[in-house]
Amino acid sequence: MTPLVESTLQSFVLLRLGERRFAVAAVQISELVSPSRIFRFPHRTPKLEGVILRRGRIVPVCDVAEKLLGKALASRRFYLIAVRHYGDKSEWVALPVTGDCELIVAEMTDAGEADAPHVAGWISHNGEVIEVLDLDALTPGAEDAVGANTPVVVLEVRP
Amino acid sequence: MRVAAPPAKPHVAARTEQIILFRISGQPFAVSSASVQEVRSVDSLAGVATGIDLPTLRKVRHVVRRGGKELYVVSGAAHFGLPASAAGLVFVLRKTRTALLVDGIDKMATMTRLQALPLAYCHEERKWYRGLTALDQNVIPVVNPEGFLNPEEFALLDASLVPEVMADEPVGEGMELPE
Repeated sequence: MTPLVESTLQSFVLLRLGERRFAVAAVQISELVSPSRIFRFPHRTPKLEGVILRRGRIVPVCDVAEKLLGKALASRRFYLIAVRHYGDKSEWVALPVTGDCELIVAEMTDAGEADAPHVAGWISHNGEVIEVLDLDALTPGAEDAVGANTPVVVLEVRP
Repeated sequence: MRVAAPPAKPHVAARTEQIILFRISGQPFAVSSASVQEVRSVDSLAGVATGIDLPTLRKVRHVVRRGGKELYVVSGAAHFGLPASAAGLVFVLRKTRTALLVDGIDKMATMTRLQALPLAYCHEERKWYRGLTALDQNVIPVVNPEGFLNPEEFALLDASLVPEVMADEPVGEGMELPE
């Protein structure tokens, strides 16, 4: 009988953005799809390129390369469709990536105080230390909106 | 030009909505036809529109007085931050004192599904749009007629008017849509 050993191993999807690799918890990943037509319309939210149609759903495309690499991606091969949480709701977001993705199992070290908010932790894989991304912090949401937590002041006008 | 109300359609189980597909600076948008009271040529506003010059609200350059109410003419291009374009039509919107300048109408269509704007969109666009609809393999934003001017902007515009110089607009040429 094998003794029960408490393990902190988790599954991660490794994604490539330019020359760098990042990881996302596998439970947050829905699928990896070929690039499809992006539909663009006016908006004011940074980092959003537009939306794609996927399985009848309208999925926003979030370009995270600018924030992670400091520059836009020169090419993109796939969209990684991931689940992004907004409070008690969750929706799909599409992240453009430049290469194949890989599923690995690793032990994560939690992020430190000095790490950026979008870093959920760190994993070590094939001698490389890789950032694990916190998609809720990396991609835009209501918490990014100016005055999102400010109560709305309604002005009442009386004669 | 007034058009007769379309004949009553037989009851259908699926809930659908008639929409007008239009363009502003080449960008496609949709609006519920029920929220458009009238479609007029921009030329028909000549002579009846009064100029407005509010440096903080450049998207409104004209006001028209109709039936004792002020109707503020919003440049769709300026509102959405699109390149300026020559507007050909103006939509008089129902239940709001707003008229919208657009390039032109593409067509009328039937919307069977309105999807909420993804939560990733978290700025002013949440007020601009009722949601998105997929139509003929395209995704079109469906505008919110009440999202062009907020109460503070209406108050600012109202305060800028000089009441005595504004005459009521005579009945002009336009296409009135059935409610």
